[in-house]
Amino acid sequence: MSALFQKIKLYIPLIKSLQTGLLLATGIAGYLSAHTEVNIPTLTGMSLSLFLAISGSTIMNMWYDHDIDSKMKRTHKRPAASGELSRREVFWVGMVISILGVGWAVAIAPLFGAVVFAGWFFDVVVYTLWLKRVTCWSIVWGGISGAMPILSGRVLAVNEIDLIGILLALSILFWIPTHTLTFSLKFREDYTNAGVPTFPSTYGDAFTRAAIAISSVLAAFAIGWASVLIGLSAGYLRLIAVLTAGLLLLAFATFRVQSDRVNFSLFRYASVYMLSSMIILALQAF
Amino acid sequence: MKMSALDRILILITSLLAAYQIVVGIDDLSTAPIIAYTIAFGVLLVALLLLIILGFDALESPVVVVVSTVIPLSLSLGLIWEHLAPLRTSYLLFTILGFVAVVFTRSAPMQNRVPTIVITIVHGIAGITIFLLPVIISLQKQVGPAFALVGGGGALIGIGGLLLSFLRAGKPILSRGTTLRVMPWLLLLMTVCFVAGFKYG
Repeated sequence: MSALFQKIKLYIPLIKSLQTGLLLATGIAGYLSAHTEVNIPTLTGMSLSLFLAISGSTIMNMWYDHDIDSKMKRTHKRPAASGELSRREVFWVGMVISILGVGWAVAIAPLFGAVVFAGWFFDVVVYTLWLKRVTCWSIVWGGISGAMPILSGRVLAVNEIDLIGILLALSILFWIPTHTLTFSLKFREDYTNAGVPTFPSTYGDAFTRAAIAISSVLAAFAIGWASVLIGLSAGYLRLIAVLTAGLLLLAFATFRVQSDRVNFSLFRYASVYMLSSMIILALQAF
Repeated sequence: MKMSALDRILILITSLLAAYQIVVGIDDLSTAPIIAYTIAFGVLLVALLLLIILGFDALESPVVVVVSTVIPLSLSLGLIWEHLAPLRTSYLLFTILGFVAVVFTRSAPMQNRVPTIVITIVHGIAGITIFLLPVIISLQKQVGPAFALVGGGGALIGIGGLLLSFLRAGKPILSRGTTLRVMPWLLLLMTVCFVAGFKYG
């Protein structure tokens, strides 16, 4: 029994619980944004299948990138990188969880399943296996993959890919660079040691900071537009406007003040902003 | 000084109260007060979130002076617009000029006492308005007695402003540690007073 607990303890870091939790929250928010009657069994099935699919793709990423992770201070303790789990074991755990997640999603609704699979495919095949070691622009594909959970939730609720779903997906797509690019600035040595091309190493810091600020603005624009189309009440729109104003001011500050501190503030605020927006979209459904 | 978990929780609760006020607390008012109160509680909300993210170091930023001016200015403008109609235009003018003056004196290099005088006048008038106006109109029974709580919030925001200003000026009323320890409680109490005053007043 204790061996099993020991195993589970090693598996938990494989799924990057915070990141997976946030992406799952976007999926739930996408579903609730439709304002249809909330079907608890469907919502539960959606959440579990999405959780498995996101976790599966994250584990596959850990499997393939174990060599990169082992060279980086930030990630060298991950179970696949440190050798606590064998590569083969991580691969099979990732595959089984991925198949369960995507398969369950297809069983719930084919279109929902297709979007969930697209997210898995873009993350594992296009981003991790193909582009991550080749070009710094791979983060765009990582972003597209991260945008799929919210789109899948919306698709499950409305049974089509509509403009609101696309805008919600774009808001996540543009939010993700604030996360990844800030990390690439903060942990530049790590990425250089591991030989991973990044925006700072390819285009320099000023360009990277500009890219972070612009993507924040675009994320705010997309979520704002989606909020209006969804028909949020005046009160919730006021709240979104206020939070957006904070984001825009911080984005402007990154142009004016070239510092890691301002950059990191924008990154943290953008995460709070995105989580708050998801909660607002979800609350409006009740 | 490092921010404790309790400080963060208190500030988070204060943030949620500010968000509540923006979403439902000012729904039935006319457009101008809604805009003024949204700016006041919005700036408060964003500032609180940044305080959670950056810790007490955020209070060292020169932007704090400008931000802490926006809150009382817009709050007092909303109160004047709602309850003292004859003064609307002149107070709006004072708000705009006061804000511009604070921004200008804080961004232009000045060695004299003008920046201090400007901020004292602007904060003083806005603070007295937020403190006295709700108390007076609730005593006159124009609004419910609970509206006086808004005045209580005004007094607390004044105390908080004074503590921070003197701390930044290098002449602290309380020690730095004590000021920062009481700040989350002060912010929470202030916001509770505002939210309760607007809801039940």
